[in-house]
Amino acid sequence: MNAEAWQIVWFTAWVSILSTIVILPFGLAVAWLLARFEWPGKSLVETFVSLPLVMPPVATGLVLLQMFGRRGFIGGFLHKHFDLDVVFTWRGVLVALGVMSFPLLVRSARVAFEGVNPRLEQIARTLGAGNFRVFCTITLPLASRGIVGGILLAFARALGEFGATIMVAGNIPGKTTTLSLAIFQSVQLGQDPQAYRLLAVSVVLAFAAVWCSEWLLRGKKH
Amino acid sequence: MNLLLQKISLPLASFVLEVDVEIRNRVVAIFGPSGAGKTSLLDLVAGLRRPQTAFIRFGDQVLTDTSRGVRVPARQRGIGYVPQDLALFPHLSVRQNLLYGRKPAGAADRLFSLEHITDVLEIQSLTARGVLDLSGGEKQRVALARALLTSPRLLLLDEPLAGLDTGLKAKILPYLARVRDEFKLPMLYVTHNPAEVSALCDEVLVMDRGRIISRSPASESTWLKQAEV
Repeated sequence: MNAEAWQIVWFTAWVSILSTIVILPFGLAVAWLLARFEWPGKSLVETFVSLPLVMPPVATGLVLLQMFGRRGFIGGFLHKHFDLDVVFTWRGVLVALGVMSFPLLVRSARVAFEGVNPRLEQIARTLGAGNFRVFCTITLPLASRGIVGGILLAFARALGEFGATIMVAGNIPGKTTTLSLAIFQSVQLGQDPQAYRLLAVSVVLAFAAVWCSEWLLRGKKH
Repeated sequence: MNLLLQKISLPLASFVLEVDVEIRNRVVAIFGPSGAGKTSLLDLVAGLRRPQTAFIRFGDQVLTDTSRGVRVPARQRGIGYVPQDLALFPHLSVRQNLLYGRKPAGAADRLFSLEHITDVLEIQSLTARGVLDLSGGEKQRVALARALLTSPRLLLLDEPLAGLDTGLKAKILPYLARVRDEFKLPMLYVTHNPAEVSALCDEVLVMDRGRIISRSPASESTWLKQAEV
């Protein structure tokens, strides 16, 4: 592989990792709230969180483009107050990957939290533990396999994201081109060997992530 | 023990738990059939459930007063709780389970020190093991020790011998008696085994469908007839 291909691989890998890290605290918080509490509007939040799974990725990308463009309410705010542009930058890739992989993280983490016996958390409280300590020492460790599985699934989803990314970040060589975009572009340009090399890297990365996820989830069942 | 439960109202699946009682004896059994509301009552005292209405006072401290919006959190009640399923933390070792709620030792705390409690319950040799490796009787003693290590003011025991075979019950019962005599703690002891009531308790409250239908000294035999009615 040439230097440009390696740059694409590394960029895709680190932006996927970064997006997974960024969504992790929010994903865990939402999953925990959905798993442990009933509140008005809960089903709306559940539906909203799952939307990127069922909407066409390009449509999700269009929504993000409107929100994060300079005339969008988030993009306008960031540009005006922090001189930050999101659309057609690596930040746009980050936003697209994060939004598209968020539902997978939330779903896995929610199932994991629901699998933790609430009685253990209650008894921990009678032993003097506050909510934060109960979460960190009981809930999180007991849900950890499912959460790690969700993290890996989210990472794998981010690796393969295409539709939303191209809408929000475009396909700018050396700046926003990810593995999926590069494969598409190589095929379009008739550079099949390059496309297959990138395909092989994609398969290896995705296989490793999904295999780890399956292994962890299977371990949880046993 | 001076535990006052007034105007308790907690809707359960098929009836409403309604209790109005003042408990003064030290070891009191709550006796009744499965589904009578015994565990829910313990949960209320421990602060694990939100009642519709309740006034709960232990000693001088008001733990719950729904009319004034008072509800002391479970972690601040100083009440040890051994639930029926024991709720040992499966990802922690026995030692980590025991130390989870241990209060910093004070001068007068030798009674509730790790060494003393593990000695009384004969579980010193278990501390390095995982809780999943323990037998039923060992788990019971570890759960009891974990609750005691919080230096509780009141101990709630929810059918601590349920699920054990007859031989194991006979082995564990003396440990409960040792805990009663050694630590001199007030205890609420949920059971539906008359033999445990006779062996351990001073008084018995008989519950059915969320209400206390009778109370009497555990030494009298009349309560069992009332319970059967």
